[in-house]
Amino acid sequence: MKPAPFTYHDPTTIDELVGLMGSLEDVKLLAGGQSLMPMLNLRLAQPDHLIDLNTVAGLSAVDPTDVGLHIGAMVRQADLMKNDAILTNMPIMIEALHWVGHFQTRTRGTIGGSMSHLDPAAELPAVALLYDAELTVNGPEGSRAVPMREWPIAYMMPNLAEDEVLTGIDFRYWNEPHGYAFEEFARRYGDFAMVAVGALLAVEDGVIRRAAVAIAGNQPTPQRLDDVEAALVGQAASGETFQNAAELASQIEGMSDSYTDGRYRQRLAGVMTKRALTRAAARAEGGS
Amino acid sequence: MDTYVGSSVLRSEDPRLLTGNGRYIDDIVLPNMVHAAFVRSEHAHARINGVDADTARSMPGVVAVMTLDDLGEPYNTKRTEQPYPSPAFKQDITIYPLARDEVCFVGEPIAVVFADSRYTAEDAAAMVRVDYEPLPAMVDVAAALDDDAPLAHADSPDNLIATLSIGFGDVDGAFANAPHVLSESFRQHRGGCHAMECRGVIASVDPAHGGLTMYSSTQSPYLVRSVVARYLGEDEHNLRVIAPDVGGGFGPKAGVYPEEIVLPLAARMLSRPVKWVEDRREHFLATNQQGDQVWSLEVAADDDGTIRGVRGRVIGDAGAYTNYGLLLPMTSVIPLPGPYAIPAIDVKVDVAFTNTPTKCPVRGAGRPTAAYAMERMIEVIARNLDLDPADVRARNFVRADQFPYQPGHTMVTGASVTYDSGDFHGCLDMAKGVADYANFSLRQEAARAEGRYVGIGVSSYIEDTGMGPYEGATVRVEPSGAIQILAGTASQGQGHATVFSQIVADQLGVAFEDVTYQSADTALFPLGVGTLASRTVVAVSTAVHEAAAQVRDKAIALTAQVLEAAEADLEVAGGRVFVKGSPDRGMTLGNLATQLAPFNTGAVPMGFTPGLEATSYNVTRGPATASGSHICEVEVDIETGEITLIKYSVAHDCGRMLNPQLVEGQVLGGVVHGIGNALFERMHYDESGQPLSVNYGEYFLPLAAEMPPIEIAHQETLSPLNPMGVKGAGEGGTLPAANAVIAAIENALKPFGVVVNDYPVDPERICELLDEALAGGAVPGG
Amino acid sequence: MADTRRINLTVNGESHEGEVETRMHLADFLRQSAGLTGTHLGCEHGVCGACTVLVDGEAVRACLMLAVQANETSVTTIEGLAEDGELHPVQRAFQEQHGLQCGFCTPGMVMSLAAYIDENPSPDERDIREAISGNICRCTGYQGIVAAGLQAAVEIRGGG
Repeated sequence: MKPAPFTYHDPTTIDELVGLMGSLEDVKLLAGGQSLMPMLNLRLAQPDHLIDLNTVAGLSAVDPTDVGLHIGAMVRQADLMKNDAILTNMPIMIEALHWVGHFQTRTRGTIGGSMSHLDPAAELPAVALLYDAELTVNGPEGSRAVPMREWPIAYMMPNLAEDEVLTGIDFRYWNEPHGYAFEEFARRYGDFAMVAVGALLAVEDGVIRRAAVAIAGNQPTPQRLDDVEAALVGQAASGETFQNAAELASQIEGMSDSYTDGRYRQRLAGVMTKRALTRAAARAEGGS
Repeated sequence: MDTYVGSSVLRSEDPRLLTGNGRYIDDIVLPNMVHAAFVRSEHAHARINGVDADTARSMPGVVAVMTLDDLGEPYNTKRTEQPYPSPAFKQDITIYPLARDEVCFVGEPIAVVFADSRYTAEDAAAMVRVDYEPLPAMVDVAAALDDDAPLAHADSPDNLIATLSIGFGDVDGAFANAPHVLSESFRQHRGGCHAMECRGVIASVDPAHGGLTMYSSTQSPYLVRSVVARYLGEDEHNLRVIAPDVGGGFGPKAGVYPEEIVLPLAARMLSRPVKWVEDRREHFLATNQQGDQVWSLEVAADDDGTIRGVRGRVIGDAGAYTNYGLLLPMTSVIPLPGPYAIPAIDVKVDVAFTNTPTKCPVRGAGRPTAAYAMERMIEVIARNLDLDPADVRARNFVRADQFPYQPGHTMVTGASVTYDSGDFHGCLDMAKGVADYANFSLRQEAARAEGRYVGIGVSSYIEDTGMGPYEGATVRVEPSGAIQILAGTASQGQGHATVFSQIVADQLGVAFEDVTYQSADTALFPLGVGTLASRTVVAVSTAVHEAAAQVRDKAIALTAQVLEAAEADLEVAGGRVFVKGSPDRGMTLGNLATQLAPFNTGAVPMGFTPGLEATSYNVTRGPATASGSHICEVEVDIETGEITLIKYSVAHDCGRMLNPQLVEGQVLGGVVHGIGNALFERMHYDESGQPLSVNYGEYFLPLAAEMPPIEIAHQETLSPLNPMGVKGAGEGGTLPAANAVIAAIENALKPFGVVVNDYPVDPERICELLDEALAGGAVPGG
Repeated sequence: MADTRRINLTVNGESHEGEVETRMHLADFLRQSAGLTGTHLGCEHGVCGACTVLVDGEAVRACLMLAVQANETSVTTIEGLAEDGELHPVQRAFQEQHGLQCGFCTPGMVMSLAAYIDENPSPDERDIREAISGNICRCTGYQGIVAAGLQAAVEIRGGG
């Protein structure tokens, strides 16, 4: 189980990186390597060229913006978990990151890698959906912004041309007080989610004023649950409301694979939705 | 006198292993060594019309590419040896070292590349073109004996390998007029061993005498020597087999594999050392696994739960080849009576080929499936007669005053199955105490009041440990006073060096630190069997104990002669033999060894043989019967099907514990392996026989976060069959675990009437069962 | 023609310089080029954790990092954990709590726990169990390892 031969490139600037991507055929980009390296070792991926993003300057910063936070694509998952701005303003990301692999993989794994690999069960894309994050993509024509809702195109296929690379993600904070919860069901701690649901809820006087609910694992791509959110806003933050929301969530057809029937994923979608909303509401009312 | 035996001496193995100084097969590098990569079948079943290795051969760094033809006569038409011949075989088809013209499972070796690095070898292996003609694949063993079943071997008449049976007593009489005849069908699946170190082989020709030296990550270097020597046509003295540090065994490493034939042949052909280390994907494909058994059993019982008889049928998966003999099916039915006094049993097992990896024992061999089968009978009785499952067990246990107990059938050796000792009731009571079984119903009620479903499951077992025929050991005192133990069996982490040194240190009155232990090298000790079937502590400790006692006697005799003292007046302690009450009048063991050493005064004292040493072989007198009861407490989330293990309680009896901490380690590992079988581990295959679980993201081994606290209580009923009263402990933890877990789940879901039966069971299946129960009219809380 | 690079890194305090094939992962570099065979390969796809080493103080899977990526880093392997012949508290606790049997997963377990306790010196049992869930052990049933982790943490934070 050793990688097939490739030519290794270690550009130091985004321009150099983009130039390489434009000039080479059959390229894979190496971010944290926690998904690509196994595929290389197993020879499931045998690119002619491997471009290492770890040497590219300017991709590893977390910077405050007027409305939130800009996170460089190469920021490690472990560093996100230690970031005070995230802890204060987007604690759901840290809760979600606890479900991402293990601490020994989060030291290498990056947010950009997770977003670009776009495993249907991945947690970080679901978090990005919750915040309607905006992704910055660089290519030969310069950079462009992609709204998170337009990022997943199909199963493990992000909205990226072959000569483009994700360089950063912008998150806009929720200004109103709100609660949050990220619920996941996996076979074992650290496994890929069978279904994960993240929820943000702003509750005022017992009434839900704003809601964001995103789901991973039960579809080929992560989804925002617009119908569920519509059914929440304006309603009492009550068990009945959450049960209704859960039933809506469990009506979305689940994805089947060799190991799991889609109907089970649907069931989990409902349960995880209910639990995430219940916990988020409790936090919202707990005065956060 | 027992300073060390019976106490939890810290392992002498550990400082080395903890600092990166282990020497596992992949750590060994020989001069001029080349590296192998195998080309393996991509099909579960296919004819091979040709292999084109020209491109691979021409690649830089490639030393050779070999197919079966390239191995030359007689090997090019010769299947591997059957290590375990049996008259019961209707068909006995062993694997070729490299496929000849048919492949019968995905991963079967077809060709091998030798190159200057594993990287290059894999590059070249990828360029070997195999011309396959796919054939229908036999995948699900449940259908293997159907009339229209695809043939796992194209030229076989059918897929049946053998039919074995266990029978004694008047079964028809037992079932006639029985108040209750209950039945249960269940499918048992046990995956692979998944030792964290994969297999590996190094072979080299010793230029000094032309013999072969092999290193193999094996549980039995002697089995490798025997099988490989026979296949190669070499004398055994020409084949030295060494097991270096071995990173776990668990059964499949007690087999002999094609790679262990190909590598020594290639070493001769290339006149260079050759190395192959299995990678994890190969381990999933090509290392033997335990596979499936499909059981249908009936039990006849009285109103009070007393079992009158058991009968039924089993279909057992043998995989693609017979290289593990019939050990797995035999160990699946012979132990069937378990701890219970059952008057009559009649169970037949049909063993069938499938186009999946060869099946073999994994931790416990067939015993865990036999135990599960009988425990299922207890459960079905308890469920239908509304009895406490623990009470049904106690009612049927062999009583402590019945030993030696003979159920009425025979072992593979032809000897009557005999339980030597035990106290099954005592163990069950201990387990109930550890689990606070008496108060469980209160916990269950309290949980139900909160809408939570908790359950408890009991499971009991016995294990025949210390399988024969023998093991031996040499104990030698060196002139320095250091003590050396030499033995045959290889360790895969059980702590042999520590435990056997404890015994010798006590026998010779020396410090534990002064004893060293070496083993697993056929040139170091001439004869041995191997570390399998929970046998080593029984077989080797007895030999070590006897050899040490002989050395002690010799030391006393020599001291008596030199000091002109009476033997009865002498005492051995502190590394010296001295006159009781006059510690100054004595000799050190080193002095005595010097008297018998070659470079001494020249004369061996009159009446003594050279060397302060002794060799002893222990010929096993019959299995020492280990036993125990486990109790598992779980919570089931009826929304997700998630199973949370709350607590796991063990009471076990492995006779005298030489080192309690190491015994606990064996039990803990065994329990978690059994939990893995019950809840996590499944080899998935698609209809064409392609394995769908070939990495650790797809095959779930038990991890730390999901394991419950495990509490162990020990009962020590000494075996009368060996001088220290020991019984094996390596596998007992696994035997009852699956039923303890499954029964606990069923107990938690009793309000729904859910019966699980098949394992592994996962949360998705739990939800299906719940849905079926609710659709069938079950009323939760009822 | 193999794609190679010259790299220079510090392993257990010693400088290692050499030409490596760029496709070689760090674990193979440590084992084959640096001769440090204590770092084990149990799966080579990043799940079993046997190859866990510290790169610039952080626990990583050495099979999921190319050797060339470790250029100019400082790597600590199991061989470098004991200082001046004195076992690290995690190593000592493993022996005292019987946290190892065959020893194959042990280097990765020990390195993981050493790194984890370094960051979280007051773990409870749940924390330790989660921390080692990225490491597979087939022998011990984990209980001795968990006990070892808890014992070592007490010692490391000076409570014991």
